[in-house]
Amino acid sequence: MADLHENKLKFLEEMANKIRQDIIEMLVEAKSGHSAGPLGMADIFTALYFHILNHNPKNPSWPERDRVVLSNGHICPVLYATLANAGYFPMEELFTLRKLDSRLQGHPHRNSLPGIETTSGPLGSGISQAIGMALAARLDKKKNRVYCLTSDGEHQEGNTWEAIMFAGKQKSKLNNLTVIMDRNNIQIDGFTEEVMPLEPLREKYEAFNWHVIEVNGHDILEFVSAVNEAKAIYERPTIIIAHTIPGKGVSFMENDYMWHGKPPTKEEAKIALSELRTLGGRIKSEHE
Amino acid sequence: MLNSRVKLSLKTFDKDIEQKPTRDGYGDGLVIAGEQDPNVVVLCADLTESTRSEAFSKKFPERFFEVGVAEQNLATIASGLGVSGKIPFISSYATFSPGRNWEQIRTTISYNDANVKIAGAHAGISVGPDGATHQAIEDIATMRVMANMKVFVPCDANEARKATLAAAKIWGPVYLRFGREKMPVFTTEETPFRPGKVEIFWEPNPKKDKAKKPEAVIIGCGSLVHYALLAAKELDAEGIGVCVVNCHTIKPLDEKKILELVGECGAVVTVEEHQVMGGLGGAVAELLGKNLPTPIEFIGMQNIFGESGPPKDLIEKYGMGVKDIKEAVKKVIKRK
Repeated sequence: MADLHENKLKFLEEMANKIRQDIIEMLVEAKSGHSAGPLGMADIFTALYFHILNHNPKNPSWPERDRVVLSNGHICPVLYATLANAGYFPMEELFTLRKLDSRLQGHPHRNSLPGIETTSGPLGSGISQAIGMALAARLDKKKNRVYCLTSDGEHQEGNTWEAIMFAGKQKSKLNNLTVIMDRNNIQIDGFTEEVMPLEPLREKYEAFNWHVIEVNGHDILEFVSAVNEAKAIYERPTIIIAHTIPGKGVSFMENDYMWHGKPPTKEEAKIALSELRTLGGRIKSEHE
Repeated sequence: MLNSRVKLSLKTFDKDIEQKPTRDGYGDGLVIAGEQDPNVVVLCADLTESTRSEAFSKKFPERFFEVGVAEQNLATIASGLGVSGKIPFISSYATFSPGRNWEQIRTTISYNDANVKIAGAHAGISVGPDGATHQAIEDIATMRVMANMKVFVPCDANEARKATLAAAKIWGPVYLRFGREKMPVFTTEETPFRPGKVEIFWEPNPKKDKAKKPEAVIIGCGSLVHYALLAAKELDAEGIGVCVVNCHTIKPLDEKKILELVGECGAVVTVEEHQVMGGLGGAVAELLGKNLPTPIEFIGMQNIFGESGPPKDLIEKYGMGVKDIKEAVKKVIKRK
């Protein structure tokens, strides 16, 4: 990946905003699905697919590609919107989300859609799948990297910690693995630290022999720099704990766990889109 | 009489026949599969020796992964390897894998179409002294109900080796079921193993039996196929001609041949070291209910858990012995 110059950063920020608008439009059309997580992860998905990843949307099964495992499958609207914008499939297909005969299943299915590396939805099994892919790359002496996007809530699953323990054991063998945690502090039943406390996450990962980096998940520059650092770490896998605001960019959704698992109504979507297009009222939108 | 075309051991009914557990065949199969294909990898959850993954781990250490006591991780790491061009075999006891990690197998292997082979060792009540916690008697059912999954239950160590090699070559998820206890090795190198096809191991003696056609067909899988042969031999001495079918592939079931054989005699006994619900018996009953309603008796665990004890005594106590199979045959013939 090239250095991030000012024009590219501006492009990425605008793309993340567009992806947020696509997410709102998809969800209002689907009439079900998750809002907060996808909006919160738009900056990171944009940075990955439009700057960091070594991939080819026109050849999704290119063997040398970097792999992205989305462990918390329920935030797939952000994955779908990013893949469509990157050219994996036609943009208009986004509006088939969750509908009959659609390739955009409610939770991602590997063989349904180009660019989906694994099936997910049931939580806690993504990191270990990413480990399997990273081990396969090692055995085949391939240079590709594996990125796993995981939620904070699924760190309540035993499978997650089995995976973290195993990766810590493998040490430098898994330095091609980077896990990115969406630390947005919410889950369906409320705030993570009230439902089932996760902290101290940094210290837990360190105790399991991982390299830990914490970033502001909405600062693309900081995130890209963290991924660069992960690539430079030889002796162990890296976890990037990305602190994000669930519902980011839509004022009435931000930090409200009630928006974890529901879509906006048509009226709410109108307000949300207006906020995104005007960057929260700071600029005038041509749509108004 | 034994079907000469399937070339069973000449010692099939002898006391001094070679004894080996089916898990040994799995261990031998893994090494050969590893030699044949560099993409074969093996993962184990702290049971390397007893699942017979050890020989592979020594021969191909770079292709062997010890995950510790973590069966969910076992399945999901294998999923990642399986979608990346590898052919992972995951080894544990069947109560733990596919027991504890059933959802991971469903989502990340079966629905995900990952090329993973799940080996459940210590299946059935013949696990013996370890007791009911370690006796998997539900695993055929829980694997069979998954779309996209194939299920093999080999009847002895030779067939276990062949099933392991076949699984390595078949694309997609496969469940392989093995036992702990030593048992007769009564198939030979020449005995055919055709995935998805039953083999007739015993058929009426046309010179001796009253009817040339069998009066009932015994469909068995796994370690109890040998018991079924012993029962058939005794029944033959009593003038009752039966057919014994080795049904090593529970899924996909050999529907055509089973319907043909059942159609000839109109009475069926299924024999398995598994709950009578949902396993081989369930699969055969579904097939017959839909196409050819036929009286059927089920030998297996009758909606009950096992207990500690010597394997052979447990088989007798829970109604899966030679005597029980014979009684079931007589009962089902009367129901025609």
